[in-house]
Amino acid sequence: MTKTYDIAVIGGGNAALCAAITAAEQGAHVLILETAPKAYRGGNSRHTRNFRCMHGAPLGPLIESYGEDEYFDDLIKVTGGKTDEHLARLAIRTSEECLPWMEERGVRFQPSLSGTLSLARTNAFFMGGGKPLVNAYYRTAEKLGVDVHYEANVTHLELDGDQIAFVDYTYNGVTHHIEPRAIVVASGGFQADTDWLTRAWGPAADNFLIRGTPYNRGVVLADLLEQGVNSVGDPTQCHAVAIDGRAPKFDGGIVTRLDCVPFSIVVNKNAERIYDEGENVWPKRYAIWGRLVANQPDQVGYVIIDAKSLNLFMPSVFPPIKANSLAELADKMGLPAAKLQDTVAEFNAACGDTSAFHPTELDGVATSGLTPPKTNWARPITEPPFYGYSLKTGVTFTYLGLKVDENAQCSTANGPIKNLWAAGETMAGSILGQGYLAGFGMTIGTVFGRIAGKEAAAYAN
Amino acid sequence: MQTDLLQEARRQAEICNACRYCEGYCSVFPALHQERFFTDANLTQLANLCHNCRGCYHACQYTAPHEFDLNLPKALAEVRQDSWQSFSWPAPVAERFQKSGVMIALVTILGFAAMFLALSAFKPSDGAGFYAALSHAAMVAIFLPAFLVPLFSIAIGLCRYWSATEGKPIKLAHILEAFGSAGKMKNLAGGHGDGCNFEDEDRFSHARRYAHQAVMYGFLLCFASTSVATLMHYVFNMPAPYPLLSLPKLLGVPGGILMVIGTVWLMKLKIAADKHLGAERAWTGEMAFILLLFLVALTGLLLYLLGNTAAMPAMLAIHLGSVLSFFLLTPYTKMAHGFYRLAALIRDAQRKDIS
Repeated sequence: MTKTYDIAVIGGGNAALCAAITAAEQGAHVLILETAPKAYRGGNSRHTRNFRCMHGAPLGPLIESYGEDEYFDDLIKVTGGKTDEHLARLAIRTSEECLPWMEERGVRFQPSLSGTLSLARTNAFFMGGGKPLVNAYYRTAEKLGVDVHYEANVTHLELDGDQIAFVDYTYNGVTHHIEPRAIVVASGGFQADTDWLTRAWGPAADNFLIRGTPYNRGVVLADLLEQGVNSVGDPTQCHAVAIDGRAPKFDGGIVTRLDCVPFSIVVNKNAERIYDEGENVWPKRYAIWGRLVANQPDQVGYVIIDAKSLNLFMPSVFPPIKANSLAELADKMGLPAAKLQDTVAEFNAACGDTSAFHPTELDGVATSGLTPPKTNWARPITEPPFYGYSLKTGVTFTYLGLKVDENAQCSTANGPIKNLWAAGETMAGSILGQGYLAGFGMTIGTVFGRIAGKEAAAYAN
Repeated sequence: MQTDLLQEARRQAEICNACRYCEGYCSVFPALHQERFFTDANLTQLANLCHNCRGCYHACQYTAPHEFDLNLPKALAEVRQDSWQSFSWPAPVAERFQKSGVMIALVTILGFAAMFLALSAFKPSDGAGFYAALSHAAMVAIFLPAFLVPLFSIAIGLCRYWSATEGKPIKLAHILEAFGSAGKMKNLAGGHGDGCNFEDEDRFSHARRYAHQAVMYGFLLCFASTSVATLMHYVFNMPAPYPLLSLPKLLGVPGGILMVIGTVWLMKLKIAADKHLGAERAWTGEMAFILLLFLVALTGLLLYLLGNTAAMPAMLAIHLGSVLSFFLLTPYTKMAHGFYRLAALIRDAQRKDIS
C-alpha cells in the first residue's frame, strides 16, 4: 500500500532538498522522488563547489563585503540584461540568510580553493564540494522523516484546471499513482536528453558532451510544458563551455576543464585558427569558447602550446598529447601537418616583443597584422616538446524552464497553479536569461528551494 | 615497491589534482596540489600522510560507478601498506606478518610458551612479587634484546623512508608540528572539526579519532609506567612490587584501562567500516594487532588484580608472553604505522616550511 504524502518533491539535488527540508520542518509529510540511483543522487549539485552569497560584513568563509548592487551588477554583466530584476534581487538579498541556514543543516564551508582566490569574497566554497552538501542534506531530511525513493521515475503530473491532480511514477518496477496535496518540481533541465538537445540546437548537438548528470532528461519539464504550464527562457539555447575533448559523454564535471587556451593557439580540424585566444582572462572566456567550438566542423577544436607554457595553468584530468615536432603533434592529433606548421609559422611571425608577458594579467603582448589576432599572451610557439589538447563543447545546463513568480509558484495562461512550485535549474531561466555567474545556480536553488518548500507546506497544512 | 599500486595511486592523484574540491579535509590534499607530476617519492609520502579518514571518498563525484572509479583512501592504503613492507628490515619477515593475523596469533602463542618455559626453567629461589616467579635478571635478559632489536629494525625502516621520500635535514619546528598534529590526531578531525567518515558511510563522527587516542595515550602511559619503574629500580634502588599510590601504578593502571577501552572500540569500528576503502589484504593483520594490544593491556590489569593469588605465575607468563610478541612484531605489524606516520608528518611540516 502506498503511504499518503502531503508533498511530493520531484528531483534530488540542492533545490529539491532545500524544499523538502523546509517543508518537513513545518510538519509536512514529504516524499522525494529522485530519478538517479543513490550513488548518483543530487543532480548537478554533485558537481558544484560554491554558493554566491551577498554579505554586509565577513560571513563564514567570506571576506570583506559583497553588497546587493555589486552582486546584481555582476549578474547583469553576464546575462546582458536578460534577467528578471525582481526575482534576481530576491535571490541575491535572501542569499545572506541562507549561509547560516545551510550550516545549521550540516553544510560545511572551507576557505576559497587554491587557484580560485578571485572568488574568496563572493563565493562560499563547500568543504569537499557539492556532494558532501547533498549528503548532509539527505541526512538532515531523513532525520526529519522525509522519505526518499531513488530510481523513481516520474512519468506524468496531471494538470486539472488550476491544480495538479495526481503524480504517476515508477519505482522498483511498479507503477505508482499518488495524490499529494502539493508538488515541488526541482528536477533540472533537459540537457541530458540528446534528442531534445538536437531538436533545439541542430545536429551539431550530437557531438556535445554533457558536463553534469545524465539524469536531467527533462521528462517532467516536457510533461508540464505540453499541458500548457508557462515557460521561460530560450528553448534553443544552453550554457556551454569548452572542455577537454576526451571527457566522458556525461558527468565529467570540473576535472575536464582546460585552462590553457590563453597561452595557446586554437585551431579547427583543418588546422586553421578560430578566434582571439587572448581576448580576456580565461574564466571570462570559458563560455565563449563553448560556442566557438560548437560552430567548427565536427564541433571540435585543438589547443596547441609549447614547453614554456605547460606549467602556467591548472592541470586537467587527461595529460596533454606530447610531441617533439609540430608535424608529429599534428599526426598524433589527426590534423593536416603541413597546414598546422604554416598556421604556427604565420602566428609566430606575427608575434612581437614578449618581454612584458604576464600570465595572470592582461599583458597586451599581442600579434600584429594577423587575422584573427591574439591580443594578449601572444608568444611564439617554438619550444619543443609541443603539447596538444582537443576541445569539445560541454553543456552545463539549458535555459528553457518553468516560469515562476516570487513565491516559486508555477502558472498557466489562466493564472497560478495552486499546488505546484518549482525550484532550481528547472526555473533558473526565470532569472538567468543567458550567461552564467559562478555559484549563482546554487543560490537560486537554495533560495527558491526554501521558498517552494515553505509555500508548499503552508498550502498542504 | 609494487609499480601497479603506485601507478593506480598516480592515476587517481592526477584526477584529484584537476578537481581540488577536497583541499580542506586533511594534509594530503595541500601536499598533493603542490605537485604537477607524481613521482614515487611523492606518492609514498602522500600515502603515509593519509590517515584513511575517508572524507574524500564520500565527497567524491568520481567514485564507482563513475568511469573514473576513484577510491583514493584505498589506493593510498595499498601504497602505504606496500611501502612499510618494502622499507622494513628484514623484509621477508614483514611480508609474512603485515597481511596475516594467523602469523601474529602464532607468534603470540609462541611467546606464551616461551614465557611458561622461562618461568619453569628460571624459577628463582627467592624474590618478592613477580620476581618470585621469574627473576629480575631473567626478565631483563629476555626483554632488553626483545625491545632493542625491533627498535633497530624500525630505525632502518625510517631511514629508508626518509631517503625514499627525499627528506631534508630536520628542524625542531618540524618535529614539534608533527607531534602537535599526532597529539590531537588533527587529520582525523576533518577540516571542519566534525570528524571523519569511518563506520557509517558519509556520517561524520569522532569515534575513530577518540578510540585511537585512547589506545595511543593509554599505550604511552603504560610505556611511561615501565620507564619510571626502570628508573626506580636502577637509580633509586626501589624494586617492584609497587603500591597503588606510586608512579608506575598511577601511570600504568589508567593507561591499561584506556588501552582496553580503546582497542575494543577500535575493533568495533573496524568491523562496522567498509573494508573496500582500505587495504583489504591487511585487514586480518590489523585486526590481530589490535587484539594483541588488547591482550597486552588486559593481562597487565589482570596481573595487577591477581598478583597475590595462585594464578599469578600463569598470568605473568601470559602477560609477558603477549608483551614479548608485541615488541618483537613492532616493525612488522600495524604498530609500525605510528613511526612512519610521524615521519610523514615531519616531512609534511618540512614541505610547508620550504614552500
